[in-house]
Amino acid sequence: MTEPLLSVRDLKTQFFTEDGTVRAVDGISFDVYEGEIVGLVGESGAGKSVATSSILRLVDSPGEIVGGEIEFKGETIFGLEEDGAGELRPRDEMLTESEMRKRIRGREIAIIFQDPMESLNPVFTVGGQLREFIEINRDLDPDEAREEAIDMLREVGIPAPESRYDEYPHQFSGGMRQRVLIAMALACQPDLIIADEPTTALDVTVEGEILEMVTDLQEKYDTSFIWVTHDMSVVAEICDRVNVMYLGEIIEQAEVDDLFYDTKHPYTSALLDSMPRPDKTVDELRPIEGVMPEAINPPSGCRFHSRCPEAREVCREVHPDLRDLSDEGAATHTGACVKHDAFDVGYDDSPAIETQTGSGFSAGLTETGGEAE
Amino acid sequence: MATETDSATDGSTDTEGTGAGEVEARVGLRYTLRQVKRDTTARIGIYTVGFITLVAVLGSLDYYVFDYGVAEAIWYSPVQDPEQVRRLLPPVGMENQYGQGTLEHPMGTDHRGRDILGRLFYGTRIAITVGFMATAIGLVGGTLIGAVSGYYGGWIDDVLQRVTETIYAIPFLVLVIAFMTAFGRDLSFAMIGVGITSVPVFNRLIRSRVVSVREEDYIEAARAAGVKDRNIILRHVIPNSFAPVLVQATLQIGVSILIVAGLSFLGFGAQPPTPSWGQMLSASRNYMLPAPTFSLFPGIAILITVIGFNILGDGLQDALDPRINN
Repeated sequence: MTEPLLSVRDLKTQFFTEDGTVRAVDGISFDVYEGEIVGLVGESGAGKSVATSSILRLVDSPGEIVGGEIEFKGETIFGLEEDGAGELRPRDEMLTESEMRKRIRGREIAIIFQDPMESLNPVFTVGGQLREFIEINRDLDPDEAREEAIDMLREVGIPAPESRYDEYPHQFSGGMRQRVLIAMALACQPDLIIADEPTTALDVTVEGEILEMVTDLQEKYDTSFIWVTHDMSVVAEICDRVNVMYLGEIIEQAEVDDLFYDTKHPYTSALLDSMPRPDKTVDELRPIEGVMPEAINPPSGCRFHSRCPEAREVCREVHPDLRDLSDEGAATHTGACVKHDAFDVGYDDSPAIETQTGSGFSAGLTETGGEAE
Repeated sequence: MATETDSATDGSTDTEGTGAGEVEARVGLRYTLRQVKRDTTARIGIYTVGFITLVAVLGSLDYYVFDYGVAEAIWYSPVQDPEQVRRLLPPVGMENQYGQGTLEHPMGTDHRGRDILGRLFYGTRIAITVGFMATAIGLVGGTLIGAVSGYYGGWIDDVLQRVTETIYAIPFLVLVIAFMTAFGRDLSFAMIGVGITSVPVFNRLIRSRVVSVREEDYIEAARAAGVKDRNIILRHVIPNSFAPVLVQATLQIGVSILIVAGLSFLGFGAQPPTPSWGQMLSASRNYMLPAPTFSLFPGIAILITVIGFNILGDGLQDALDPRINN
């Protein structure tokens, strides 16, 4: 395969709070290639959003990127090296803050935020904001930018863009505002768009339209996407490859079909099982029991062991890294669960441990998940 | 994208095709003014302030363009001593120990025989200029400091806030008088001095809003779009934090007029023979018993102006408060 557009290696972002260090993103690595939609999936608090703002270097104090490397089109967005005294310092080729602002943010990497209601400035007209954004990032004069803004509004399916151009955000419905935000992201024809749960705040019918629109536009402009979501159905709909995150770590990486039909990690299967489906009643739904532990003191061993239906004693001790679990000849499929042979730490001989999941559910899960192995 | 789906999504707001014209915009100056006018007291405020401002504009026009020519042609010289000195005349229809009021001087004359109405008229110009200029200085300074301070937080915030709090801690009259003693007793230094003392007020007010506005998603979105900090503060942070500042500014104009009148009374600010209300009051205090109306009219002028701005400020506050609107 060709060089990745964006490559993230061992990224670590931490928040230094009074209660301790929150390891929000704890050594994740993934690639985004040209023209693909990469999913970043996980529960609330898994570190998805922090990971995306780290890519744009927008992490605010008390948060800080403490390690790892981010390369984008051969340029170093983030990278550290040791100086003579053994202290870490930013590498020389790392882009400066103003280079990030002028060249990367908005122009090369755009971001679509979760809440369309809040992401537009209420005191300016929609068109004015879009125009300003185009002006800044494409060096057009105001009139050209206005033309371009109206074109973009039309492109994302806003009816009568000429008259809606002069309206304020509160005069738009949620779906319309999300379209405006997508127009804004696409306006500068960036190579990569980070969509941070863009459809979470919308109802399902609007979500469907937006997803369809994004797929169309993605084909037209050949933009790469990082699609952050907790909704597996959205993932199935649009993603090419998926990274599943749990507590700051990526625990499974696969092409979308492999992830759904050949799930390697119990957390991923739990996510899939907790998805409401028309062929299941509420009683048959299997929510993931418990809540995600705090990232200040992540559990020892496998971080998911406290909630994992398949957890055994060994899971408390061994912290699994991502290993290649793909079948021969198939596309790369990595996972971080010691139940797979690739780890060979004695999972099969280890006794099961009591978890928060309760007996009823885990029995069923162990059967299905375990047999697949 | 089919249009039928769009109208479905759009159902909650106005239907497509209707422009902004048919929907009552809930933003913008015109809407705010209409909202203010709905309230009777606020309307009185608008008219009072409007009238006073008009008088001030006419006065400036006459002063700068015709050098009191218009007033002299129509009526009487308001500043210079008249040839025929008629001192401390009471208003029309009244009588005191110095004589009887005449139609020539509807409000009587002062201790130098100058027409009080004329001087009040030209004093409006000074009051309004002082009120607006002092407030403008405080507004611009306070807004910038408060916005920068609230947006960046951290040590920048600490330093800026401690400095402005220090200014706040000193009684403002003492501060302004010290300032004028150091730089000059001129009216312009009175404006600057009063402006500086109002910086902390605006600073605190806008900072408290900025702290919450900077967490809004559209600020984050602007940063992600590569907008400069300076532009984020000027175009996104300040406009969204501005409503309470606008109200405060209106009130502050009244306060500034009062303070500068007080300063003039003490001998700082407008120097004779410039007709300023505070200085007229100051001159009149020696003639309180023989000619009480001499001090009455400048006092009433100050009262009406300050109350006018206060009522307008209250009305604005209600108009800009979305909870009351809906």
